[in-house]
Amino acid sequence: MLTSQLLTYIAFFVLAAVAVLGAFLAVTLRNLVRAALGLILSFMGVAGIYFVLEAEFVAVVQILIYVGAISVLILFAIMLTRGIMSSTLSAENSQWVIATFVSVLVFAILLFVAINTNWPVSPAAAVSDLIPKLGTELVTTYLLPFEAVSLLLLAALVGAIVIARE
Amino acid sequence: MMIPLQFYLIVAAVLFCLGLFGALARRNAVGILIGIELMLNAVNINLVAFWRYIKPSAPAFDLAGQVFALFVVTLAAAEAAIGLALIIAIYRSRDTVNVEDVDLMKW
Repeated sequence: MLTSQLLTYIAFFVLAAVAVLGAFLAVTLRNLVRAALGLILSFMGVAGIYFVLEAEFVAVVQILIYVGAISVLILFAIMLTRGIMSSTLSAENSQWVIATFVSVLVFAILLFVAINTNWPVSPAAAVSDLIPKLGTELVTTYLLPFEAVSLLLLAALVGAIVIARE
Repeated sequence: MMIPLQFYLIVAAVLFCLGLFGALARRNAVGILIGIELMLNAVNINLVAFWRYIKPSAPAFDLAGQVFALFVVTLAAAEAAIGLALIIAIYRSRDTVNVEDVDLMKW
């Protein structure tokens, strides 16, 4: 029992470090292709965190959609707009000092809220046979948002083709 | 004893603020999109962590956190597709992806 808990802690810290390191590379590297690869690393770390949280379906969706689709989309956009950023220009714009200040401020606020709030944690076990339940919920309780999202995906599909067409 | 909920919230806060910095400070429009994706990921970690640790009062909403996370993933996909299409359209008409050069609507 104790060993499995220790392993869970180790897995969590390794995956969190991977996610944070990937995110750091993604926002700081000059070369955008490398930044996108850092983003993929971060996505994989986040998927691992979902596994630690016992949300297998969300983890697999994360790998499929983020790592499989969105990263490829971003890499394609970088390739199609390549060679435009001059190497003498810095990767950050003129407001990066304010941006750093705002980010640190927001982080301090979030940290304060996360630590000082008394979360009503209930140590219940995770739901068994989760994926069938999730499927049923999606087409019963959450039917309206489900349909709205499918409509949104259709609009995004048509819109992306219309906007990017020559 | 499980990993405390606060650990997940702190990791999500770090990811969110890194993404916020990227979205605010990057010069390249694709870099801004990368920052936004990181922020959406951080929100999703929070949703799934709350699902795992806090039980809703009504049993009908047992899976609300996961369902929300799935909807956020869908929206992120739509947002990435539209955003990148816009970037490619701007690149075609103005030959730049530097957001400081695209300031026609700025006063």
